[in-house]
Amino acid sequence: MSEINLPAAAEPVDSIGLKALGAAAAVGLLLAAPFLASEYWINAIIVPFLILSLAGLGLNLLTGYAGQLSLGAGAFMMVGAYATFSLQLRVPDLPLPLALVVAGLIAGAVGLAFGIPSTRIKGFYLIVSTLAAQFFFEWLFLKFPWFYNGNSSATIALSRGLSFFGLEANGPHGRYYLTLGIVALLTLLSLNLIRGQTGRNWMAIRDMDTAAAVIGVPVFRAKLQAFAVSSFILGIAGALWAFAYLGSASVQSFGLTRSYQILFIIIIGGLGTIRGAYLGAAFVSLLPLALDWLFQHLFSGHVDAGLLQNIQKAIFGILIIWFLIKEPEGLARLLGLRRAQGARRRLFPS
Amino acid sequence: MNTSAGPALEVRNVSLSFKGVKAISDLSFQVEHHEICALIGPNGAGKSSLLNILNGVYVPDSGEIVFEGEHFRRMQPLEAARRGIGRGFQNNALFSGMSVLDNVIAGLSRHSRVTLVEEAFRLPRALGQERAFRQRAHDVLQLFDLEKHAETIVGTLPYGVQKKVEIARAIVAKPRLLLLDEPLAGMNSAEKQEVAAVIARLNKELDLTIVLIEHDIGIVLKLAHHVVVLDYGRKLVDGPPETIRDNPDVIAAYLGSEHAEVAA
Repeated sequence: MSEINLPAAAEPVDSIGLKALGAAAAVGLLLAAPFLASEYWINAIIVPFLILSLAGLGLNLLTGYAGQLSLGAGAFMMVGAYATFSLQLRVPDLPLPLALVVAGLIAGAVGLAFGIPSTRIKGFYLIVSTLAAQFFFEWLFLKFPWFYNGNSSATIALSRGLSFFGLEANGPHGRYYLTLGIVALLTLLSLNLIRGQTGRNWMAIRDMDTAAAVIGVPVFRAKLQAFAVSSFILGIAGALWAFAYLGSASVQSFGLTRSYQILFIIIIGGLGTIRGAYLGAAFVSLLPLALDWLFQHLFSGHVDAGLLQNIQKAIFGILIIWFLIKEPEGLARLLGLRRAQGARRRLFPS
Repeated sequence: MNTSAGPALEVRNVSLSFKGVKAISDLSFQVEHHEICALIGPNGAGKSSLLNILNGVYVPDSGEIVFEGEHFRRMQPLEAARRGIGRGFQNNALFSGMSVLDNVIAGLSRHSRVTLVEEAFRLPRALGQERAFRQRAHDVLQLFDLEKHAETIVGTLPYGVQKKVEIARAIVAKPRLLLLDEPLAGMNSAEKQEVAAVIARLNKELDLTIVLIEHDIGIVLKLAHHVVVLDYGRKLVDGPPETIRDNPDVIAAYLGSEHAEVAA
């Protein structure tokens, strides 16, 4: 490929061999995971971890790369989930993968609409616009029974279950592979965007928007693109969360807490990195387990579950503050996966 | 486009104030095609403000800009870029979290013709454009001897090197008018000579019209074809460097004080 022409990029043969071996091992491990892990791990930890990673990735494109702060992640996930439900219910001929794409596009359009104020306002004030999305859709999807097909519990579920072009995907393995495939594909597409002109435009706006406009970056268009792409990914993540993880979902599944959770994932994992979303999601998924295990061993079950939950929240809060102050590039930087940089990501542009 | 008649750029009776404080009053001058025009004057004379008006960051209170025969009451930053006005900033306005190469390629944004979908799927057109952009950016980096820094995150580089990256980013899109704000600031004298030589070359070989702000009078008098002296937002004198050097007003109002400033 193109690397061949660039001697500077050439690496020693054994290093390339090691990398290829590592990649092959990783792919092998991912494909074999369902046979290595218990059903509980797949259902309750690995699948939600993958979906949260995807949501984190979506938000990171907007917040970490384009520098637009959003607390509306839950709202765009909600739109994706309800759109998928509606499409599967009312357009039964549309196969699930295509329904997911269309639902993503709907979420993307919604994200774009709520991103329009970003052309006038920044940082802290932009949160208000994205919060408006959060509250508006919580209200909308509860208010009109059409959105949940009028069932008595106001929940949504796919009556025909999950399938992938004829392959049934309802078991733990099926849901794992469906999720993994979608997450891998969207990660690859995001990487392509980040490495191209779109990603450069986003980062230019994040780092200095006035200069970006002066050197010819179409700031307005690039911001809206960031909102649309981010919401597209969040929408698909929301549909997966509802139907591949929870099975049936309601407005509460995508409340403000979810928005905060996704934001925390990218703060902890690392703003403006692709792997940050994965690290953050792993952290968020594994911390409760680790704490559980720790308390079991330390106090052999004498701490009640309610207290444990509160301790978890306190630990999260402290970590968020610590990361915001000390390490805005998150775990990705702490683990040495990211080269040192002169610039620090800031959530609130001055 | 319209290179035949008239000057490349004309500033007509432009005034600008910030909250009642006059920054520029009734300023007029012309910049001919293919000339290097230097704006000099003490700090606060309104030089940077003028450049900001020229590419649309500031809106003047009155007056107009004529660029290549077209009249503008105000510029929009993106419109200025599209019309071929390139800009380097005084305090580096680089994208500090991006590599040197990415910073320069970002300057090509207005030439981008591929869609988001083409880029996401790495379709042939997107790949072709990416290759062309990289090639063009590498060529410009070579001009400034920046190849060795191509993959370095720009925020980690010394100030003088960053200044060069800024000029590289400003010229990568082949502007027709280049505005440079103290392009030589923070450089040692060898670097200054080197960058001044590149500016002269750009002017000569690419027929680029250049308006620059610079405090190093020695270099200005050698480099510029035309000097505009500003003081308190007004034009003091305007003419070829030889007449500026000998003008008693300039010596009194600007050169004298500036030398005192530098010596202090």
